[in-house]
Amino acid sequence: MNEIIQVESLTKIYPGEKGRPPLRAVDGIDFTVHEGEVFGFLGPNGAGKTSTIRMLTGLSRPTSGKARLLGLDLGKELPRIKKRVGVVPEASNLYDELTAFDNLVFAMQLYGVPRAERKARAEALLERFRLSEKRDTPFAKLSRGMKRALTIAAALAHRPPLVFLDEPTTGLDVMSARNLRGMIAGLREEGVTVFLTTHYLEEAERLCDRVAIIVKGRIVALDTVAGLRSGVQRKTIVEMTLSGADGQAEKKRVDCDDGVESAVQRLLNETEGRRVLSVDTLRPSLEDIFVQLTGLSAEVMLVEKGMKGGGNAGG
Amino acid sequence: MLVDDLRGMFYIALKDLKAYYFKPPNISWGILFPFAFILAFAIRDPSDLRSLVPGLLALTVLFGTSSMEAIVIVFERRTGALERLLLAPLRLPALLAGKLLGGMTFGLTVTLVVLMVSLAIFGSSGTNWLILLLALLLSATAFSALGAFVSVAVREVFEAQTLANFIRFPMMFLGGVFVPLSSMPGRLQVLARFLPLTYSVEALRAAFSGGSWSTAALDLGALLVFSVVLFSLAVYTLARHIE
Repeated sequence: MNEIIQVESLTKIYPGEKGRPPLRAVDGIDFTVHEGEVFGFLGPNGAGKTSTIRMLTGLSRPTSGKARLLGLDLGKELPRIKKRVGVVPEASNLYDELTAFDNLVFAMQLYGVPRAERKARAEALLERFRLSEKRDTPFAKLSRGMKRALTIAAALAHRPPLVFLDEPTTGLDVMSARNLRGMIAGLREEGVTVFLTTHYLEEAERLCDRVAIIVKGRIVALDTVAGLRSGVQRKTIVEMTLSGADGQAEKKRVDCDDGVESAVQRLLNETEGRRVLSVDTLRPSLEDIFVQLTGLSAEVMLVEKGMKGGGNAGG
Repeated sequence: MLVDDLRGMFYIALKDLKAYYFKPPNISWGILFPFAFILAFAIRDPSDLRSLVPGLLALTVLFGTSSMEAIVIVFERRTGALERLLLAPLRLPALLAGKLLGGMTFGLTVTLVVLMVSLAIFGSSGTNWLILLLALLLSATAFSALGAFVSVAVREVFEAQTLANFIRFPMMFLGGVFVPLSSMPGRLQVLARFLPLTYSVEALRAAFSGGSWSTAALDLGALLVFSVVLFSLAVYTLARHIE
């Protein structure tokens, strides 16, 4: 299996400002990303996710450490790397004044896509991202979901084999986020390697082949979701849904440390005569894994970004 | 790599012209503003209008190239669009050169309109065309580089506008546009020698009076030095922001 990204002891220290001590944003991390996989990079705000992406895409110089992307040395062959990498930053950053079509053409011009291919490629990308009807609409007048989709389309305009997606669904409504996840899944089917950062644990669980969890600049776990799950102490939860007095269903959960039957019996003892609507056994989620590994509440990631209650993670 | 740089420069300039420069308010502002200033002085002393033409052209190049140039980079940095260019496979000097090329193209286009009108009114006798061409090109480069430096030196659009005006307006009155340098106090004459507009006006005067290369060479050389220094400062400052 080819390694598309190889990172060794990568460190980023920002100098302290106004008498503050230097900030060690990324602290000697090591990881590899395999060809064709969707690699999730999870962590709370300020954990070092964006600093890592900025170093790997040439927007910031590492303080120390090494990285190779697509077999090329980041320190020596950055221009060649840039030519073969697509980047979708956290904020949609195309040109407000240009139309959807012109933005895609400009992206291709910058990356040297031959003139003869540009028009057809731009039309194909608009079609693929369901933006054909907005072909001649200025970027500024697109909805937030459409802007996000067009930003991803622009990153793919020069057919890069490696794409960095920084929080691609942040701030989107449920439908737009669902559509974008479908598009990201489509990239894997095309053999594109995806490096994805996200605050949404459910999103990572759904999309990623492997996940690294970074906290305070250090990677605290790196495995497939199944691998991470098997390493978590808590095994299974039984969840029972009961009818409520006011017509609202109520969920009750217990750990089944002493077996499923015992757990169900304990829940039945708590029904207080209410009707049992359903009984489910739940495996540990990525959220459980995250909480156990980091000691942080999963909500920390959303609250820090001001997104709690945004309803994005669904779909 | 050089091919990538040249291609990037060209398309960045083209994009900037399309997205920012060739909009009606910019075009009218670029032409009307210098005309209004010159008109004010012409009304005061209408005896020798032809002598105001070099100053008019120098002002048109200055405002045409630097007005948008001074805010375009800081604006794109605020919106995140500059990051797209930084991620592209071209080197930082090429990125900034693309920005300069956009400002220069717009400034020179507007100046060409003003030049045509001036020539139609005053005629072209005694004009040294090569000096005129070089003076306009080097002035556009120096003023565009000045705009780029202002744009990378600040963080907000309003700061860029303030700083640009802080530099341009004193330069306008000290650069020999309206008042010959020789009639200014000695200290101001020394100060004027540190301003690129002074050399732009002098080179254009030399061009319109059929001046010899010996008089224009120093001015053209000074404009070249200003261009290189201001461009290098802009590249250095932007590189520091990226670290």
